[in-house]
Amino acid sequence: MEHVVIIGNGIAGITAARHIRKHSNRRLTVISDESKHFFSRPALMYIYMGHMKYEQTKPYEDWFWKENAIDLVCDRVRKIDTKGKKAILRSGSSIPFDKLIIATGSKPNKFGWPGQDLNGVQGFYSLQDLEAVKKSTAGIRQAVIVGGGLIGVELAEMLVTRGISVIFMVRETHFWGVVLPEEEGDLVARHIKNHHVDLQFETELKEIVGDSDGKVSAVITGKGEKVPCSFVGLTVGVSPNIDFIKNTAIETDRGVLINSCFETSIEDIYAIGDCAQFREPSTGRRPVEQVWYTGKMHGETVARTICGKETPYMPGIWFNSAKFFDIEYQTYGTVMSQQKEGEKSFYWENPKGDKCVRIVFDSTTQAVLGFNFFGIRARHTTCEYWIANREKLPNVLCSMAASNFDPEFFKCFEKDIISQYNSENPGRMITLKTKKGLFSNRLT
Amino acid sequence: MSPPQKHTQPVRSRSQRIGLLLFFPGFIIALIGALGAGSIYPKLFFLASLCFITIGSFLYFSAAYLSAPAGIRNNRIMFASLSSRGSIGVIIALFFIAFYILMYWFPFYLEHFIAMFHPLSRMLRGKPAEQYFMYGSLYTFTIIIMGARALMKYRHSRYQIVRTCAVIFSQFVFAFLIPSILAAFNEPEKYVNYFWPLSYKDLFPSNVNYLLNFEGAISKFLLAWTILLTFAGTPVLTFFFGKRWYCSWICGCGGLANTLGDPWRQLSSKTLASWKIERYSIYSVLSLIVITTAILWLNHLFGGELLGQLSGGFIRFYGFAIGMIFAGVIGTGLYPIFGTRVWCRFGCPQAALLGIIQRFFSRFRITTNGAQCMSCGNCSTYCEMGIDVRWYAQRGQNIVRASCVGCGMCSAVCPRGVLNLENGPLAGRIKSDALPLIKSFKSGI
Ligand SMILES: Cc1cc2nc3c(=O)[nH]c(=O)nc-3n(C[C@H](O)[C@H](O)[C@H](O)COP(=O)(O)OP(=O)(O)OC[C@H]3O[C@@H](n4cnc5c(N)ncnc54)[C@H](O)[C@@H]3O)c2cc1C
Ligand code: SF4
Ligand code: SF4
Repeated sequence: MEHVVIIGNGIAGITAARHIRKHSNRRLTVISDESKHFFSRPALMYIYMGHMKYEQTKPYEDWFWKENAIDLVCDRVRKIDTKGKKAILRSGSSIPFDKLIIATGSKPNKFGWPGQDLNGVQGFYSLQDLEAVKKSTAGIRQAVIVGGGLIGVELAEMLVTRGISVIFMVRETHFWGVVLPEEEGDLVARHIKNHHVDLQFETELKEIVGDSDGKVSAVITGKGEKVPCSFVGLTVGVSPNIDFIKNTAIETDRGVLINSCFETSIEDIYAIGDCAQFREPSTGRRPVEQVWYTGKMHGETVARTICGKETPYMPGIWFNSAKFFDIEYQTYGTVMSQQKEGEKSFYWENPKGDKCVRIVFDSTTQAVLGFNFFGIRARHTTCEYWIANREKLPNVLCSMAASNFDPEFFKCFEKDIISQYNSENPGRMITLKTKKGLFSNRLT
Repeated sequence: MSPPQKHTQPVRSRSQRIGLLLFFPGFIIALIGALGAGSIYPKLFFLASLCFITIGSFLYFSAAYLSAPAGIRNNRIMFASLSSRGSIGVIIALFFIAFYILMYWFPFYLEHFIAMFHPLSRMLRGKPAEQYFMYGSLYTFTIIIMGARALMKYRHSRYQIVRTCAVIFSQFVFAFLIPSILAAFNEPEKYVNYFWPLSYKDLFPSNVNYLLNFEGAISKFLLAWTILLTFAGTPVLTFFFGKRWYCSWICGCGGLANTLGDPWRQLSSKTLASWKIERYSIYSVLSLIVITTAILWLNHLFGGELLGQLSGGFIRFYGFAIGMIFAGVIGTGLYPIFGTRVWCRFGCPQAALLGIIQRFFSRFRITTNGAQCMSCGNCSTYCEMGIDVRWYAQRGQNIVRASCVGCGMCSAVCPRGVLNLENGPLAGRIKSDALPLIKSFKSGI
């Protein structure tokens, strides 16, 4: 029986395993040394905050793996013997494979700052990182977080729940400036400040200073300011976790290089998830996509190829979501921080400034290209349908209610959105077509 | 995993501590009343205890929830002794159980505590209180106080606000005011928000005859009300809205679970094994009550020849085993151990019946939003009915489960806005939306 070995039990590796089992009875082994069982990485913050225990972040009960004949090996792969088709483990033993899937995820970036290896300085990625944060932040009063992305906000929220003051240093001029347009960035920034986080823009980290015990005591910013603190969170992005592959025959760049069927330069070896880099990404997509949802799709697609039905990756329309303290964020299609030539956007924000909608559209055809929603839930299938069918902005606005996914009784903003559009576009008046009601929730 | 670290930061703010400082004297006053003083100064002890507890709780809850921006604040739930089966949780459970045992079987020992309710009972019903009036009043009071807490905690969600107001209203009016007024007019003291099969005696021949033979129109109305709600209201409303119209909006048991029980909702077991037990136990209770009602009617038609004295014995047995032990001692007493809806999930015949309708003939479902689920587990953790919501959500499938009471909490706690309680056409209700890529794949592991 063909033996498929998967390195990494994250969402990508586990989805591949589950789907290979779905299509076939091949022998399956999953190797990881982070945890025996698959858990949800985005849920790490909830363990720290006390919303959940580790047990509850595991999407499947422990019997699931045996029941579905998925062997779990708790070890680290030290080397891949591409000729002998073996994965060599840290414990010394090795596991032969017929097919190998590399799904080793990412590791937090560190940019060689002086003091970055002091006690109490760390990234936040793994279960072990979580344990370290718990230890390092016990009883402290002041923390610094460097880098304003999604993981940085999560870390800030975590620390705030334990009464720790947080200074949040961000290099850009507005929040998450590489992804969000300015208005959205400002909206999030206001909200973060409401939670008593000291958010500082255009502030870079220069150096981390320690005390005589090798523990962090302060950071020094680019402007030369010294900020005392007992914990430093480095959340300046992640990069593929592939050091152990770098000196093998498998071609790598930032990540493991793959074609659209996830095949690496070596036959029978595949790479998926955060650690994979497409040689030719499909249009509008980046070569390395480090999010949960893409890992899931990679796993599902590669399973088909491995089970004999070669299937190229067709990710469809981009989507993602996150939560900034209490403000939920969903995005569909492409919304860039800076608008491209030939694109325009319609932006609406509620008077309180904690909800907004942005719709990017083609300035000549009016076809919608992307959505940003903050504080309002939107229906994935509806937004996807509008983008895929290049629906025109006025039509989308008229049937906005169809995309509303907020719970019943929530205030609806469709009318406000339309009246703003009408005041910005006199002479092209539009009216709301459908309304959301208890009996008439739009389910198509 | 190492055990959670100790927090050095104060867990409670100053106003919270003041709230507690007021709450405890209220509790102690009630205790002193129960030990004897309640019979001597009923009004004084009743009012003093009521005031301290009310003001203390309000202070505590507003300091805990209103001081932070609105949003999901489940911080520390898994560390706090009260909410994670720690010693405080166990002590509270023991206290609840002791209270139920005394109240059901040894009300004599609660004599002085019950005496504290005499003035209120005389005012409302024109007669002194007995143990069940005391229990009903305490129950209603608890739902109001803890309902206020739920309103503060979940104030960002209009669904939770409307729903919590509905259960408070329902308990106060249908299960407290109306029965008391009925009693004042010497009419049958009926909780008008309970129907057969939960209120199992309602359709027993003995009760129907009792109401039919009662003087006055109100008793006939009550009978008509029960029959109408049981045979028409229940199926129709459940068809349109799912069982939530009852379990999370009207029912007093559900009301207590979603107010007093809210701090413990995460303790329900989510395992597949517990789902299996649930199905056996809840449908057994439903079968028991349906068969019994049928037999009692047959017996009645045969003029009592079929069962003789047995029918009374059965009613007593059911009342003891199911009504008192299951619904009371286990169902409520063990909130801090097994979570809030033990009775609703494993025992309640009404929930069983509504569940069958919800599963097969209802427009209600929880919609899963495309592929946005990231399997975090908040929804499953906070589902009081022990439904592994994530199991469905992560595969893009809608949740259509007999046991879902539509409390809306899975939707509220989901950090990615994946879940939505909706009513809609029956076609495609249990659909799988799956990921954009693999829409054709529906089954599997
Ligand atoms: C705190 C945090 C929050 C996040 N929140 C979100 C979110 O809300 N939404 C979202 O879309 N994405 C989120 N992400 C990103 C998302 O978690 C990742 O994109 C996803 O987990 C990647 O999955 P993966 O399977 O590729 O790799 P991983 O989940 O990283 O799994 C790889 C596994 O392989 C193991 N491994 C690595 N090397 C070896 C080796 N040599 N031998 C054995 N085992 C090895 C690792 O220990 C790890 O367990 C978040 C990430 C973090 C850190
Ligand atoms: S599935 Fe959701 S709405 Fe239903 S009972 Fe559970 S938490 Fe409540
Ligand atoms: S809470 Fe939301 S994101 Fe988390 S597992 Fe449930 S549905 Fe998925």
